[in-house]
Amino acid sequence: MMRFMLLFSRQGRLRLQKWFTAISEREKKKIIREMTTMVLARPPRTCNFLRWKDLKIVYKRYASLYFCLGVEDEENELLALEIIHRYVELLDKYFGNVCELDIIFNFEKAYFILDEFLMGGEIQETSKQIVNRAIESSDMLQEDDHSEWYDVELFG
Amino acid sequence: MSDVVEKTLTALPSLLSLDSQPGSAKLSSSSKLGNLIRGITELTSKHEEEKLIQRELLLIKEQVSSPNTTMRQMKELMVRAIYCEMLGYGVSFSYIHAIKLAQQGNVLEKRVGYLAVSLFLNEGHELLLLLVNTVLKDLQSTNLIEVCMALTVVSQMFPKDMIPAILPLVEEKLNHPKEIIRRKAVLALYKFYLIAPNQVQHIHNKFRKALCDKDPGVMSASLHIYLQLIQENPEGYKDLAPSFVTILKQVVAGKLPMDFNYHSVPAPWLQIHLLRILSLLGKSDQSTSEIMYEILDESLRRAEMNHNITYAILYECVKCVYTIHPKSDLLEKAAKCIGNFVLSPKINLKYLGLKALTYVVQQDPKLALQHQMTIIECLDHPDLIIKRETLELLFRITNEQNVTVIVEKMLDFLQINKDDHTTIDLVGKVAELAEKYAPDNEWFIETMNTVFSVGGDLLQPDIPNSFLKLLSEGFDSVEEDKKLRLFAVNSYVSLLEGGPSKLPQRFLQVICWVLGEFSHLREDLEPDVVLRMLAKLLDMKSSSSETKCWVLMAMTKLCSGGAALALVQDVSETYSSSLDTMLRQRAQELQILSQDSKLQAKVLPRSASMEPVEVDSSLSFLDGFVSEALAAGAAPYKPPHQRQEELSRSKALNMEPYGLSLPIGMSSCSVTDRQSPTLLSISSGLSGDSADFSHKGSSAALKLDGVKRLWGRDGYLAKKEAAEEAPQVEAASPVRSPSQRGDTDGSVSQTPTPECDQEKQQLASSLFVGLATQSSVCLMGKSEPTSQRFRRKPKASGGSEPMSNPLASPSDGADNVLPQNLLDSSDLDVSSPEQTHGLPQDPDTPNGSCTAEEESADPMAEPSAHEDLDRSRDSCLSSHLPAELSALSHSEITSLCSNQSLDVSACHVQREDSVVLVVFVSNRSDFCLQQMRLQVQSEELEVSCASDCPSEELKSHSVAVCQYLLTVQRPSVHFDLSATVSWQLPAGSPQTAPFSYKLPLTGFIRALRLSTEEYGAMWLAYSHDTKLNLTLMDDDQDPLAATLHVLKRKLQLHVVEIIGVEAIVACCLQQDQPCLMHCRVHAGMLAVWLRSPVPDLPDCLLYHCQRALQEP
Repeated sequence: MMRFMLLFSRQGRLRLQKWFTAISEREKKKIIREMTTMVLARPPRTCNFLRWKDLKIVYKRYASLYFCLGVEDEENELLALEIIHRYVELLDKYFGNVCELDIIFNFEKAYFILDEFLMGGEIQETSKQIVNRAIESSDMLQEDDHSEWYDVELFG
Repeated sequence: MSDVVEKTLTALPSLLSLDSQPGSAKLSSSSKLGNLIRGITELTSKHEEEKLIQRELLLIKEQVSSPNTTMRQMKELMVRAIYCEMLGYGVSFSYIHAIKLAQQGNVLEKRVGYLAVSLFLNEGHELLLLLVNTVLKDLQSTNLIEVCMALTVVSQMFPKDMIPAILPLVEEKLNHPKEIIRRKAVLALYKFYLIAPNQVQHIHNKFRKALCDKDPGVMSASLHIYLQLIQENPEGYKDLAPSFVTILKQVVAGKLPMDFNYHSVPAPWLQIHLLRILSLLGKSDQSTSEIMYEILDESLRRAEMNHNITYAILYECVKCVYTIHPKSDLLEKAAKCIGNFVLSPKINLKYLGLKALTYVVQQDPKLALQHQMTIIECLDHPDLIIKRETLELLFRITNEQNVTVIVEKMLDFLQINKDDHTTIDLVGKVAELAEKYAPDNEWFIETMNTVFSVGGDLLQPDIPNSFLKLLSEGFDSVEEDKKLRLFAVNSYVSLLEGGPSKLPQRFLQVICWVLGEFSHLREDLEPDVVLRMLAKLLDMKSSSSETKCWVLMAMTKLCSGGAALALVQDVSETYSSSLDTMLRQRAQELQILSQDSKLQAKVLPRSASMEPVEVDSSLSFLDGFVSEALAAGAAPYKPPHQRQEELSRSKALNMEPYGLSLPIGMSSCSVTDRQSPTLLSISSGLSGDSADFSHKGSSAALKLDGVKRLWGRDGYLAKKEAAEEAPQVEAASPVRSPSQRGDTDGSVSQTPTPECDQEKQQLASSLFVGLATQSSVCLMGKSEPTSQRFRRKPKASGGSEPMSNPLASPSDGADNVLPQNLLDSSDLDVSSPEQTHGLPQDPDTPNGSCTAEEESADPMAEPSAHEDLDRSRDSCLSSHLPAELSALSHSEITSLCSNQSLDVSACHVQREDSVVLVVFVSNRSDFCLQQMRLQVQSEELEVSCASDCPSEELKSHSVAVCQYLLTVQRPSVHFDLSATVSWQLPAGSPQTAPFSYKLPLTGFIRALRLSTEEYGAMWLAYSHDTKLNLTLMDDDQDPLAATLHVLKRKLQLHVVEIIGVEAIVACCLQQDQPCLMHCRVHAGMLAVWLRSPVPDLPDCLLYHCQRALQEP
């Protein structure tokens, strides 16, 4: 099971945080601080896995943005790495050639995508098409739009 | 006026900016959020940012509470609030508005509302109760998107107590026509199961329906629940195994829609889930394992593509193969897979390879040998993480012989490591290894010193505790105990002289206790000197009051009169007015006891820390005082929990001033009696244990601690105890002589990379000594009794009973490694076919038991030799046995060396009073061999030639037979004979070939017929002894008799007498080296006590007893 996902920039600025278990605000801040220092201190060409307390930390850098996933001990590190990668693919497909700025300015969209992809700390849907269809159809909903058309779009 | 205008103006852009272009939602640069973000990026200092955000937050606060704000504006405000929160600023004022937005907004706004709620609040937040109604409403909505959002938020965080309110609605969704809803409902139920398993107990059958769902997405979502359920109770779900196998087969065969492919690998997440479930189901269950062999094979075969995701699947496959009931060809394939990982240039794969190796070395230590050069390279890897994992691996293969090298590597790592968690973990491991395998006193104390100084105050509290326990309880030999303690005292005195200010508090406490308890052992050390040293610690600013308590305790023990009385008085006066109650009490004790040396001797008897002190836990001696007080009108005592309860029941504010609270810290409390660290208190044994356990659990990345060895390549090992018992066995193994070490390891390390440089080779040989087949070789080496020092001690556990049951004590990873080499190397070596028939053929004769190792230890053994070939040779050679020997039982004739011109085979024959080694040299060539000579020697055996080869010439295709008389010089578990044969062909230069032969101790054991009286007299005379608990044979009638019968049959022991649950047994090593054995049935185990005048004999014999009882 995943415990948290953090996105932060090379300067250590948090871009996105998702916590899958109940954690106090203080603990969250502490983890964020420790994760950024730990991951940013890693020299290049080292492996993408770390250990932190009883968790495995899997991180990957895409351009200027670090994706950092905290998973429980029994999880498979490589698979976690692919979870990150699939998330990046999803973002890429949605934003079209995604860059850090997309995520900064539209972070709520990034959250929505994440919610369709992961749920309760587990993988929910791995298909790019299905996730994107779900996001796009809710995006297109307007205030008075409860029509069947969107249902068709979303669930077809 | 202007205010209103400004508000309208600022609201405008957000009204205009409609984020209605899906998929192309590029920077909404005109939005307020955009402005905010840009504003922040332009700032240079943290201070400016803070000012800007505070201003922004004020603005947001004002707007959200304004009644005129529309939901659309609210949505925009929420996004900004989320952003500020992400930057680390408190936005608690907006929480309630987030809930309102989720409640009242349209779908788009609701979505942001829910998002904000899930980011702001967590499960325990009280505001969440306000969300329950909204969720209920949305779950019943006809709009599917609303239902989806509700399910998402429910799985993200939902108050535990409110689950029953929505559970029926979520359950209902399991039957929803849309698969996305069913999938989310399953995951929501999974989440409920995690946080409140009791709530969803009744819907387990619905999970089955989800598992059978026609949509693969719903099915794979249900696997999360099943993984969890099966983890908790694998027995309950065995019937599902075929279904899981079928699903995996379909997935692997690519039957799922293309949507589920990830980089053209079919549904990898699903595959991995299934593999994990299968490994749980197949664990120690042969029939279930059998149905999955095929698909595992298929998975291993299919996953060939060079992509991370296939490696992830492979890794999971390998773990599964090594977890379930073993199948040899699968194991081989899996081992090859691990090789690919480890040798990969990709660092991530290397890391995973190391992890996999760590997982499997406990079952197959030879794998570590195969990759030893890679492991050594990883040890020097620039990436600390890789280094760390390598140490983890080494930790699992540590034994007596490589412990110093491995611990050194770990300590080196600790020097450069900066991460606290790693330090704690590693320091714990070093302490564990030191305690288990320490080669000598000096090394042990010095290593523990490093552990205490490096670990500092982060150290797990059980480490100092068990260290002191070890010191105080001692081992078998009083002399050794004294030496160890004395060494500790010396070491600490010099540390204190050197400058104690840098030492961590925990270490100081340990030092204090040891000096207080044992400094009298050093005769040249006046107590006054020690007292003065201790007093200095009190003056140090860095000393905590807890440490001061320990110091005062130590002083109390030392202050029996003498010149330092003035100093002691001074100290006790200073601290008897301390604010710290514990410190004050210690000072009082010191004051009183220092003046009354009789009382002191009674309260704190010297060197009596071993004896348990009787504690009247009910404090009955105070009864009189209590009744008097009650009679005088005092309130009756209420225990703390009762007081708490009453307090919480009243729930009112407590207006009374707080009473005096007594800070009863465990550590300070513990010091009151001499037992302090060892018998902390009534509960300490328990708590110590649990701390130990949890520490171990958290330390290992893969939770292997409990993993037992369940299999060998031959098949399932029913006797799991084997692995756990063997540390005791290893005690008997002497350290190899350096020369031998060099030899054997040289040959091993050549295999992977022959041109490796010297240094690494050396490191390899010191690291991998004692693994797999090598361990059997090293048993032959020189005996060094000191190497057994700390081993016989059961690992620090609550009980003070020195002989705790080794089977019952939780064995951890490192424990398991060695035994396998020793007991089961035969299982690992199926690759040479002779053994398969060698073992079962005559398991009962003592000779037969060791043949397997003979083969594996011999590098010259012909690997291509086939079973039938062997059989024929056996029968043909046995006809060459000398007449006087042919009637006696002989071990299997094994081929030892074979080349173009000759074959050398050998067996040993047991005569009544001796053992004869018979060597057959058969000439394979068409020529006559000349100057044929044999040389046989051994370190532990005396080899004398009974009848030499008849002549130095060996005719073509004939056989020469030589006999050697073997006498034991020094007992060992197995004896190794090294030999060379030299010969010359008619037209050629002289040639030689080395070979070796190995035979077990059992060959030399004979029954010793004694009367009970004789036995009694001898028992008292012998000094070398060993104790151990063995497993009893299963026998309803009389397990003792059954067990003795097995020992008698297999080891030729003589049962002198059976008295109730006790029995006395005797045997001897040839004529004049007796060994006596006393057995007692106790708590379902056979407590065995062996004594002999010959050093090492009891240990070695015990090993064979264990083996005899384990073999079917």
